[in-house]
Amino acid sequence: MKDRSIHILNFVGLSFFEPAIRLASGEEVKKNLIALFKKVFLPILSVGLFLILWHSGATYLYNIEKDARIEKALNDRGEAAALEMKTCIESGDISCQPNTLPSPSQVWEAYKSLLADHRVITQKKVAFAEKVAVTNAQREAQGLVPIKYTGRPSFVDQILTSLKTVFAGFLLAFLIAVPIGVMLGLSTTLRSSVNWLIQIFKPVSPVVWLLLVFMIVKTLTRNSDSDSSFIISFISVGLCSMWATLVNTSMGVSSVDKDYINVAKVLQLNVGQKVFKIILPSSFPLIFTGLRITLSVAWMVLIAIELLAQSPGLGSFVWEEFQNGANDSNSKIIVAMFVIGIIGFLLDRIMLTIQKFVTFTEETA
Amino acid sequence: MAYIELRNVSKSFGVGKDRTQVLSNINLEIEEGEFVAIVGFTGSGKTTLINLISGLLMPDEGEVLFKGEPVTGPSHERGVIFQNYSLLPWLNVRNNVGMAVKEAFKKMTRSGRKKRVEEYVEMVNLSPAINKLPKELSGGMRQRVSVTRALSMSPDVILMDEPLSALDALTRGNLQQEILKIWNKDKKTALLITNDVDEGILMADRIIPLKPGPKATLGPEYKINLERPRDKTALNHNEEYKKLRNSIIEYLIQIGEQRASKKENIYTLPDIKPVIKPTPFGRLNFG
Repeated sequence: MKDRSIHILNFVGLSFFEPAIRLASGEEVKKNLIALFKKVFLPILSVGLFLILWHSGATYLYNIEKDARIEKALNDRGEAAALEMKTCIESGDISCQPNTLPSPSQVWEAYKSLLADHRVITQKKVAFAEKVAVTNAQREAQGLVPIKYTGRPSFVDQILTSLKTVFAGFLLAFLIAVPIGVMLGLSTTLRSSVNWLIQIFKPVSPVVWLLLVFMIVKTLTRNSDSDSSFIISFISVGLCSMWATLVNTSMGVSSVDKDYINVAKVLQLNVGQKVFKIILPSSFPLIFTGLRITLSVAWMVLIAIELLAQSPGLGSFVWEEFQNGANDSNSKIIVAMFVIGIIGFLLDRIMLTIQKFVTFTEETA
Repeated sequence: MAYIELRNVSKSFGVGKDRTQVLSNINLEIEEGEFVAIVGFTGSGKTTLINLISGLLMPDEGEVLFKGEPVTGPSHERGVIFQNYSLLPWLNVRNNVGMAVKEAFKKMTRSGRKKRVEEYVEMVNLSPAINKLPKELSGGMRQRVSVTRALSMSPDVILMDEPLSALDALTRGNLQQEILKIWNKDKKTALLITNDVDEGILMADRIIPLKPGPKATLGPEYKINLERPRDKTALNHNEEYKKLRNSIIEYLIQIGEQRASKKENIYTLPDIKPVIKPTPFGRLNFG
């Protein structure tokens, strides 16, 4: 049981739990204590250090901003106004707070308020659904589209929308890049003939891809009323992120060990069997490395693309908060930053686990 | 007519200035049911020779005939045991062998194929490891799987490319006996490539040395008339074995020396001596 859980944890890349489990079962206490210290306490310490640095930096910036405000009040409206401004800032009144890098505690407050906001919106949705239940049933019977909740999405809704977009984009990248990569890997002629296209398009910025997709999709969806921002953003994400998979797949396929090819020849496998039974399995490690890069790139460019495409999601959340300029907007942006980072990390871990499941490890002997 | 026949076969690699002829003018005839061993130094073109017979390579000149027909490509009829096992690392033993069985016996039922795989894995005593991946096996076990894979297709000829050269002496001895045991059952035609003269004498009916490349050719053949089954320890005291072994090794050493002397370059050193400039005070001596 113990060894099994350790094995599973290591497999999914959470090896820092291992010493704790071993310690709990009283195994090699001293050695595991040291390991626990290294793997758990030191990271916690570094996080603490980071928070202290952040806090002092934020305080420093806050003071600069505060002094500037008081100074300005003094210069513009005299001493009384400056004193008033000073007491106002110190009282913590929202109307006159300096707007700068938020401190860790402010970010934590913003996080809680976002969650509370989510709860409120969820309640509203439920209430709305109850209210329109009868009407919607009637509309459905008449063959009309049911009335949907069109209120403001909560932060959690934005996250889910972003995940949906990134998976759609990733799937698109997978479906385009893997088959094309296999074809390119199999044929040197094909590879050399389209290589210039790949080399040119690979470094193109996400913003340009977005504009390109926008030009095409706008014309194609001319006659439909539906919102094309989701289509635009997921296609752009797919096109930006597919290059790593494309290049890795074609490289993996073209560099299959000659021994395996000889085996295929001696067994007289036909082309399809050769591709599916020899070439693809042996290039799986490289394909998956490509897919991992693709997913992390997809998540990274998604934020920028949502921001520009005005499609709902974390990117537009960040942009709207920035434009909003409310007192806690900056804190909310930092919350979004952490959420983006943590989700990116989790996505990478998931891919790593899948990769370990489906690929073989190279023989060591 | 011989079962396998090589007529004036030559093979070169590279182009232009880098072109080297690896094999030159090879003539070889192997009868049905015969076990032939080819011994030679590393790099003398042994693997090229076996690849020509298996059909993985095509000769530049001359022809390779199998049952009187020219070889045009690899075939199930000629099973190959590769030097570096060449097992597919993502498949377990069962599937590595199963893949070969499936290709060789396309019409066999699924259960029939399964039975055949298990039967052959049992033959090399690997049944306990049938569900293991190659990386979980030792070198000897991997080579056994490779042997099983080649034999399970029931080829007419078994081509072995230094199958045991990567193994330690003890495992090697065991596997030699095992291969012989399997070969003894239905006396298939076999060609063994090796760098070990003892191994050749123990296993084969005929030993042919391959002169070292480039432009390797076959040397004079040595018939081995020792009775089968041969026992390795008993052979050590057999006079005929000793004589045979010595003459083959002498021959190999002799051609090895020829190669070494051919390569020797004589460098003429320039006839110069260091010039020491005289100093104004003559030679200075310190201490």
